[in-house]
Amino acid sequence: MSEIPGDLKFLRSHEWVRIEDDGTVTVGISDHAQSQLGDLVYVELPEVGDNVEPGASCAVVESVKAASDIYSPVSGEVVAVNESLNDKPETINEDAYGEGWLFVVKPSDTGEMEDLLDPEAYGELVESGEE
Amino acid sequence: MVNSTALNAFHRRLGARMVDFGGWDMPMNYGSQIEEHHAVRRAAGMFDVSHMSVIDLTGSQVRAFLQRLMANDVDKLKAAGKAQYTCMLNADGGIIDDLIVYFLGEERYRLVGNAGTRAKDLAWINEQAKGFAVSVVEHSDLAMIAIQGPEARARVGAIVSPEAAAKAKALKRFSAVSHDGLFIARTGYTGEDGYEITLPATDAEAFWQALLDAGVQPCGLAARDTLRLEAGMNLYGQDMDETTTPLTTSLAWTVSMAPERDFIGRDRLLAQQAQGVAEQLVGLVLEGKGIMRHGQSVIAGDGEGLVTSGTFSPTLERTIALARIPAGDIETVQVDIRGRQVPARVVAPPFVRNGEPQHGL
Repeated sequence: MSEIPGDLKFLRSHEWVRIEDDGTVTVGISDHAQSQLGDLVYVELPEVGDNVEPGASCAVVESVKAASDIYSPVSGEVVAVNESLNDKPETINEDAYGEGWLFVVKPSDTGEMEDLLDPEAYGELVESGEE
Repeated sequence: MVNSTALNAFHRRLGARMVDFGGWDMPMNYGSQIEEHHAVRRAAGMFDVSHMSVIDLTGSQVRAFLQRLMANDVDKLKAAGKAQYTCMLNADGGIIDDLIVYFLGEERYRLVGNAGTRAKDLAWINEQAKGFAVSVVEHSDLAMIAIQGPEARARVGAIVSPEAAAKAKALKRFSAVSHDGLFIARTGYTGEDGYEITLPATDAEAFWQALLDAGVQPCGLAARDTLRLEAGMNLYGQDMDETTTPLTTSLAWTVSMAPERDFIGRDRLLAQQAQGVAEQLVGLVLEGKGIMRHGQSVIAGDGEGLVTSGTFSPTLERTIALARIPAGDIETVQVDIRGRQVPARVVAPPFVRNGEPQHGL
């Protein structure tokens, strides 16, 4: 498994989250998640302007084998989506923490992000197999 | 208790992701399942299929027994080595398993069946064999490796003895030959040419290594599933089971209803034919976005159906499925994909045959 960048936080459902300098939040799926799903072949992204909230699926990534719902860590408005994934979903397999990002949210309540896991805690979650 | 094949340690050394499949610890994929898939369509790939059950039947009444046990007509097998695809039915016409029957000699036949149905197959066969002079022996000392793809036969020919290579090369499709302890059958489950080779479990690692050295790509169950679905082949337990008969799952061609035949399940099939078969298994090609999956509901005209197998097709780069829908001429359906109704075109499987897309796909 590749190194987890230290500035990321994680949801227990295997999304990664990066809080940008401008306060927006970028979301993707972890390298562990892409490796478990296998070759990704289809991505359904939210639209810019959509309102998202934790606990409600707002995107879908599908591998040959399975579909997986994607959750936002925060309530807010989608301000960017990675449209290049529509043509090249395999980018997520190749670079889950970089070019494989999914969407960016402008949060309305940053307090919701206090429960996110740091890279060490996420690594332990993955190794314990309690996913 | 999870079973493992003679190649289990080898798969782990190759870095395979392992899964429990029908009680067997099997490789799902070694790396990219799409690359494994393409290796089979374009060159040669190999699969450990040692989890499949091998049952040898011998005895003076073995042919009469198989006439009773199987929906296909074993008398079609005229020459030793010929193979036949068949269903084994219960009294209601439900499919207990789909198998290949090999005619080895006047009083010797070999059955190869699915892994997940191993125990019930054996119990059923032993029960039905009462009253016949037949001996039923299941093998646990064998391994089976499928080598598939346009270059598969040449790659195998290069690693076996010249005599075995010559015999294998001369094989017609759906035939088998034994040599040097190898039982070589020109059969498969991918829609490509190739062999399924049965050999002593103790020889499996050396044979797998020789195939690796010959450039044959190891492939897991994930690629096996996309290959067989492109080839339009049913998967037992998913597209068919004991609630389906051969007539409702596109396998009528494997049933011989000749008047003199009295196989188990025949009466039910006759009744079904007389009433009219209400369902059909068809191929679907999605016209919109998304991926069809097992269990999704289908709206077909005034009726409803179900996707029995669905996937992304690596060869066609679009989503394909097998679906059970009401009988009749239906050209398009709507598939419920995660709450969206997406149109799909009905086609006759296969979707891909010998590397070539069908139906203008």
